[in-house]
Amino acid sequence: MTVPSQELIGTVTAESGIDGTAMLDETRVPSRGRIIMRRFVKQKSAVFGLVLLVILVFMAYVGIHFTKWGYAQPDYNSFAVTPNGSHWFGTDAAGGDLYAMTMRGAQKSILIGLLVAVLATGLAAIVGASAGYFGKWVDGVLMWIVSLLLIIPGFLIIAILSPHFHNNLPLFVFFLGMFIWQITARIVRGQTLSLREREYVLAAKYMGVSGGRIIVRHILPNLASLLFIDATVNVSTAVLTETGLSFFGFGVQPPDISLGTLIQAAQTSATTQPWLFLFPAGFLVLLLLAVNLIGQGLRDAFDPSTGIAV
Amino acid sequence: MTTAAEVRTREPQPDESAILVVDDLHVTFPTLGGTKVRAVRGLSYQLRRGEALGIVGESGSGKSVSSLAMMGLLPRTTQISGSIRLDGKELIGMHDREASELRGKKISMIFQEPLSALTPVYTVGAQVVEALRVHTDLSKERAQARAVELLDLVGIPNPRERAKAFPHEFSGGMRQRVMIAMAIANDPDVLIADEQSTALDVNIHAQILEVLQTARRETGAAVIMITHDLGVVAGLADRVLVMYAGRPVELGTTDEVYYAPRMPYTMGLLGSIPRLDASGRSALVPIEGSPPSLANLPSGCPFRPRCPLAIDICAEEEPPLESVRGASHRAACHRKEEIETNGWSVGDVFPVPELGIAPVERLPREQRPVALAVEGLVKHYPLMKGVVFKRRVGTVQAVDGVDFDIREGETLGLVGESGCGKTTTLLQILELVKPQAGTIQVAGKDTNDLHNAHARKALRRDLQVVFQDPQASLDPRLPVGDVLAEPMRTHGYDRKHIDARIKELLGLVGLEAGHAGRYPQEFSGGQRQRVGIARALALEPKLVVLDEPVSALDVSIRAGVINLLMQLRAELSLSYLFVAHDLSVVRVIADRVAVMYLGRIVEIGVVDSVYASPSHPYTQALLSAIPIPDPDKERTRERIVLQGDLPSPADPPSGCRFRTRCQRFLTLTEGEKQLCIDRYPPLIPMGPDHSAACHYAEPVAVIPEQSKERKRRRST
Repeated sequence: MTVPSQELIGTVTAESGIDGTAMLDETRVPSRGRIIMRRFVKQKSAVFGLVLLVILVFMAYVGIHFTKWGYAQPDYNSFAVTPNGSHWFGTDAAGGDLYAMTMRGAQKSILIGLLVAVLATGLAAIVGASAGYFGKWVDGVLMWIVSLLLIIPGFLIIAILSPHFHNNLPLFVFFLGMFIWQITARIVRGQTLSLREREYVLAAKYMGVSGGRIIVRHILPNLASLLFIDATVNVSTAVLTETGLSFFGFGVQPPDISLGTLIQAAQTSATTQPWLFLFPAGFLVLLLLAVNLIGQGLRDAFDPSTGIAV
Repeated sequence: MTTAAEVRTREPQPDESAILVVDDLHVTFPTLGGTKVRAVRGLSYQLRRGEALGIVGESGSGKSVSSLAMMGLLPRTTQISGSIRLDGKELIGMHDREASELRGKKISMIFQEPLSALTPVYTVGAQVVEALRVHTDLSKERAQARAVELLDLVGIPNPRERAKAFPHEFSGGMRQRVMIAMAIANDPDVLIADEQSTALDVNIHAQILEVLQTARRETGAAVIMITHDLGVVAGLADRVLVMYAGRPVELGTTDEVYYAPRMPYTMGLLGSIPRLDASGRSALVPIEGSPPSLANLPSGCPFRPRCPLAIDICAEEEPPLESVRGASHRAACHRKEEIETNGWSVGDVFPVPELGIAPVERLPREQRPVALAVEGLVKHYPLMKGVVFKRRVGTVQAVDGVDFDIREGETLGLVGESGCGKTTTLLQILELVKPQAGTIQVAGKDTNDLHNAHARKALRRDLQVVFQDPQASLDPRLPVGDVLAEPMRTHGYDRKHIDARIKELLGLVGLEAGHAGRYPQEFSGGQRQRVGIARALALEPKLVVLDEPVSALDVSIRAGVINLLMQLRAELSLSYLFVAHDLSVVRVIADRVAVMYLGRIVEIGVVDSVYASPSHPYTQALLSAIPIPDPDKERTRERIVLQGDLPSPADPPSGCRFRTRCQRFLTLTEGEKQLCIDRYPPLIPMGPDHSAACHYAEPVAVIPEQSKERKRRRST
């Protein structure tokens, strides 16, 4: 055991730290955020996922302008042609350029997928943790709302309301998100109930840390694995639900396109004109892959037991 | 690294009377990563018929694994080599069916955790009957009668009725008794008791040791007692085997090992135990560092990194277990002859740190400011019944009128069995809210006057807490730097100030500033508790509440943390409220001690006076139940073993709450007894700053005097 030196004690009892500030900046104490970032960057697969997502977003938003074809401008000279120099991904039976359509669809799907996931998981985390941590009437009210939303058939509600969306994407995202967060919220609440009793939460409480801060600082990080997995699953759920809705004539409506509607349309010709199916489906797979890798990377970065050396 | 094959550790000559012969036992656990965890490396010993052997070691020393190997209870993937012969029969490599024949009949084990070792869905009687009928062809009726006899033997009251009860209707101590009954059901030749002390209260523990003695006497079985506590085996064992990092490091008769240890680790262990018979506040002998990882052992002697006697050869060669003088006492140390000839004792080998005294301690107690004052504190919990319409069916009187105060620079030890209300008292103080009745004053401020959250938060700076289990009290997802920064951030320190303070704090508790970026799990238990202490000190509090801060730590680590606490108190003029069930730790660290029983303080006073002349029967019983690591004293000591368990705080006895278990009550005349039944005794002064709540209080010395030899050693 090191015996604390007398000088050290002196600085503690005296108003300390001020004299030591000069040497501090070189050797700052790394914060949790920084450590997590470093741990994230250390993982090849996570970085690969992030790069892939950036490329996909770039393709969808910037890459769409590389071709002279618009997603809603059919080329009446080439119907259902295979990929070539002019139509990079080929065209469909109506002469629509598949490259432009895929990119436009990707824009929608990326937006819907990521926004819904963040919204749903975020809401689940906040509501579940608040209900579990504060208990009493907060718990009662929040869980009552959750149970209520659980029994409302979300798919039908969206189907009924969708004529009023008028391709209003934020509203659509909001409704999609509203119907997939409840189960996670219940799980988060259950976990919070046990975390709340942990001594480190008590310790924080006796330090005078407020409830909200305890949730953000102690409870949610300890649920990070669950939340990241939930968020990645929610991305695919959102994209698939949107596809389903679009298939029934709700959700994203023509002339607008999403990856879901494209894949839906190409289903019948998947064997005869495979490119119609392969490109949008491939894009979707890459998108989900990227999101999964990032989610996994974040999870491992948050979890100190994964043994990533920093 | 020296392989164990090169190091000869075999017993010199096989003994005819040995019932169990362990020869060069190796146990290795392969792990996924390909590294091998070598849990036991070359263990040899012999157990004679009817002998009691104590195996002592810290967690990870291989003591439990070796006995599990004996029982054939290790997972299939484990690699076991060497030989274990029970009554001439080789146990290693035996088919599981054959082993089952022996288990419970010739060799049986009393497991550590009484809560999980009984099946909850069968009655206790049925489980004892099963243990009997597996190995014998007793008829059901005969087996049942025998089960009742066994339950009676281990001290279960009304065994005939209680046999029909389910395990959840039994207290922890009672369940432990049932397990002993099951273990001795078939008159085994060898009885293994694995860490009996950990899960139980002091009193219950004393009862269990007594039962174990009875069981041994009745069955004539040889007993292996596995423990981390040298105190426990001192009075019971004939021989002691000390293990470290999977190897036996010292083996000898109890007297040899306790009075003339020849291996520095044993010496350190003996010196690091806080002793009831110590005189006043004194530093303990700390063993620096922590036990090595079994997957990655250092070359040479595994104890070398922590050994103050290490020389060059220790790094090269692992010392064999060889006899010191005579055949019976053997130690594994390169310098054992030197230790022997020079007669070195603990104090000579391990440097004992000097403890300072806080300036405020020089003032007489009355002149010092009050850090914490509790008066008439009451906490009752309503006992509710019913689902829809809840109605109150009773009151749990967790804390029922508690008074004490702590002056600046002072330590008050608050002790009692679990369920006595000490944790509730502590939580009431930490909550900083208005109590149901009574007052709590922290640093001169009454919690009744704290009307808003702001004032309460301001007061929290003066009051901090260190929890029992460092594993649970540090957020596993928060790097240590953030753990330490949390209280400061909450109380509005700026970033630069916080960074400087974190480094300072880490230095203060003996860790490196570079550790700030690591997660709690990268630290050992002792280091983690140091982080917990550093966090409590971050805001420069006046009062630190310590909730059993060392009971979750390994023995050799414990002393270091206790020393640190004492050092910090002297250097920072802290006051401690030290809550513990372990009276020996309190003896070492506290100035004053308060003993609680069923929500009330039964005895309070300065440590020296309370320990030398305990006046309340409960204090006397508590003190007499704690083992002293001194075989002579242990053997001759008179134990006061309390009957039964703590009564329910929902329905405390009338008058004096202790009278139902009181040994003094039994000696009184009927007329005298009436007073105990009618009135709760007030605290009666027994001396300067010492009072006890007993109508018939009278001091009884229950701790033997410290031996002269040891006193001399301490003073030099």
